[in-house]
Amino acid sequence: MSPPSPPADAAAATVQVGAPTIPTTPRGARLKELAFQGGMLACLGVALITLAAVLIQVFTKGVGQLDMNFITDLGSSIPENAGIGSALVGTLWVIGVCIAFIVPVGVASAVYLEEYADRSRWYNRFIEVNIQNLAAVPSIVYGILGLAFLVRGPLSLGHVVLAAGLTLALLVLPVVVIAGREAIRAVPPSIREGSMALGATKWQTIWKQVLPASIPGFATGVILAVSRAIGEAAPLIVVGGAIYLSFYPSGLGSDFTVLPLQIFNWISQPQEEFKNLAAAGMIVLLAILLVLNAVAIWLRNKYEKKW
Amino acid sequence: MDAVTRPQGDAAPRTLVLGAARRRWGEDAIKAALFAAAVISVLTTLGIVASLLGETIKFFQDVGVGSFITDGDWKPLFADPQFGIWPLINGTLLVTGIAILVAIPVGLGSAIYLSEYASPRTRRAIKPVLEVLVGVPTVVLGFFALTFVTPTIVHDFLGLDVQVFNALSAGLVMGIMIVPTIASVSEDAMSAVPGALREGSFGLGSSKLQTSTRVVVPAALSGIVAAIVLGVSRGIGETMIALIAAGQIPNTGLNPTQPFETITTFIGATAKGDNPAGTTGYYAIFACGMTLFVLTLIMNVIAIRFVRKYRQAYE
Repeated sequence: MSPPSPPADAAAATVQVGAPTIPTTPRGARLKELAFQGGMLACLGVALITLAAVLIQVFTKGVGQLDMNFITDLGSSIPENAGIGSALVGTLWVIGVCIAFIVPVGVASAVYLEEYADRSRWYNRFIEVNIQNLAAVPSIVYGILGLAFLVRGPLSLGHVVLAAGLTLALLVLPVVVIAGREAIRAVPPSIREGSMALGATKWQTIWKQVLPASIPGFATGVILAVSRAIGEAAPLIVVGGAIYLSFYPSGLGSDFTVLPLQIFNWISQPQEEFKNLAAAGMIVLLAILLVLNAVAIWLRNKYEKKW
Repeated sequence: MDAVTRPQGDAAPRTLVLGAARRRWGEDAIKAALFAAAVISVLTTLGIVASLLGETIKFFQDVGVGSFITDGDWKPLFADPQFGIWPLINGTLLVTGIAILVAIPVGLGSAIYLSEYASPRTRRAIKPVLEVLVGVPTVVLGFFALTFVTPTIVHDFLGLDVQVFNALSAGLVMGIMIVPTIASVSEDAMSAVPGALREGSFGLGSSKLQTSTRVVVPAALSGIVAAIVLGVSRGIGETMIALIAAGQIPNTGLNPTQPFETITTFIGATAKGDNPAGTTGYYAIFACGMTLFVLTLIMNVIAIRFVRKYRQAYE
C-alpha cells in the first residue's frame, strides 16, 4: 500500500524493481510495536473490565435482598414487601406470547426466503432488505407501533399481556428469520436432490429433510431472540406496563409488568432500598439470560452437523 | 404441465421433460402461506410508518414544521407549550458523541487485536465475552451508569463536579455498549482482507504494526465506516441508559456534567406519564419517533452500502 520509495510514476516504479530501497528498521520500531500492542490490549481490557464491574456492582448491591420472598412477593410501594413475583409471572406470559408468534412466523419466513423466493423478483428482494432494515429500527419505535396499532387503534387490546408480547415478537422476529435462513442454507443441496429424486414433493422435502436438519439453528435463533426480548424495557414502557402490579398477571388480557420494567421503576424511586431491590431483580434477570445463552451454546455444539 | 413422458416400447426417443406429474394444489397453498408469513415483516414496516405518519401529521397541524425545526425550546407540558426539537437533538448528539468517542478507539483497538494479533485460541476465548456484553440488558447498564460511573468514576476518580443525572456517565456507558457492534463488524471486514495483501506488505519489509495500520485498516475502511455508522445508529436509538442516567431536562448547552434529554428519553418519559391521547404532547411522541426512525433508517442504508462495498471487493 505505502511504497517505500517516494511516489513516482508507474513506469519508473517498475524499472526500479531491480534496486529496491531496503527499509531500515527505525530505532524506535520495536518500542512502537510494543506500545501499539499494549494499547490494543488496553482497549480490550476496558471492555472486559467494564463488564466485570457491571456484574460486581449489581451483585454487591443486590445480593442482600435476594431470598425466596423476593422471588414470590408481588409489587408494593413499601420496599420490605416488594418482590418480583408479578414481574416474573408477567415475563413468562409476555415471552410465551412472543414465542408462540415468532416460531411459526419466523420459520415460515425463513423457509420462504431460502427455498421458494425467486430472487429475480423485486418483491422478494424487497422482503429481504426490509428484514435487514427492521433489525436496525430502535426498539422504542416498536413500542410506538404497539401503542398505536395494538393498544389503541385498529386492535384496541389495551395495556395487556397480548399487546406486550406481540410488540416484542415483531421486534425480535428479524433475529429468528436471519438465524433460520443461515440454518437452512447450511443444509447441503444434495440432501434436497436426494429427496426429490426419490419422488418427494418440494414441501415433503422441506418438511421431512430440510427442517429437521436445521432445527438446532432455529432453536439457537429463537433463544437469542427470546433473550433479547426478556431484557427489553423501552418498548414496553411505551406500550404501557404497570408501575407495579399487586397481583399475578393471569392471562392474555391481564395487565402486565415484566422484569426489566419492574427494575426500571425501582431505579426511578428516590429511596436507596428500591435501588437495592432493583439490583436484586437484575441478578435474577442476568441469571435467566445466562441459562438461556448456555442452552444456546450447548445446542450449537451438540447438534452442529458436519455434512 | 403434463410433463413426464414415459418412453414406451420402441417409440421414437423424445426429449424427456422432468417435472411434477400434475399440479399439486396443496404445495401451492403451502407456498402461499409461507409467503404470507414473510410479508408480515413488510407489514410491520408499513405499520411503523403508518402509525408514525398519521399522528405526526396531526402534530404538525398543531405545531407547524417550521417551529418544530427552528424553535429553540422544548416545553411540551407548559401552559404555553413549545415544540422546538433542537434541545432533544442536541442531547441525543451529545450523549451519542461521547459514546462514539469511547467506542471508536476501544472497538477498533479490540478489532485489530482480534483480527491481526490474537491467536485463534485467544480469539475463541474473547469473542464470547464480547457477545455477553451485547446481551446485558440496557436497563442494567443504565443502573451501572447511575450508581457507579457517576459517583465513583466521574465524581471521585475524575474529580468532576457532576449532577446526579448527567450526559457524561450515560455517554461513557453507552460507548461500552456500542463497542461489541463496532468490534465485530470491523473485525469481519479486516478478516475479509485477503492474506496476500498482508504477505505483500511483510515482503516489502513492513512490521506487523505498519501492516495492520497502513494496509489492513485502509483496505477494510468501508467495513470500518459501516461499523461506526451502525454504532452511531445504535446510540441514537438507545433509550434506557439515557432515561436512567442522563436526566430528562431539555438542554441546549454542551456541558456534559449537566442533565440532558434525548429524543428517546422524551418518548419513554412521556409515554410513561399518562399523557392523554389526543393532546399535542401525545402527538409529540410520534413526531419524535418519526425523527428517530428516519435518522436510523438513513444510517442503516449507508452502513449496508459500505458493507456491500468491501464484500464486493474481496469475496
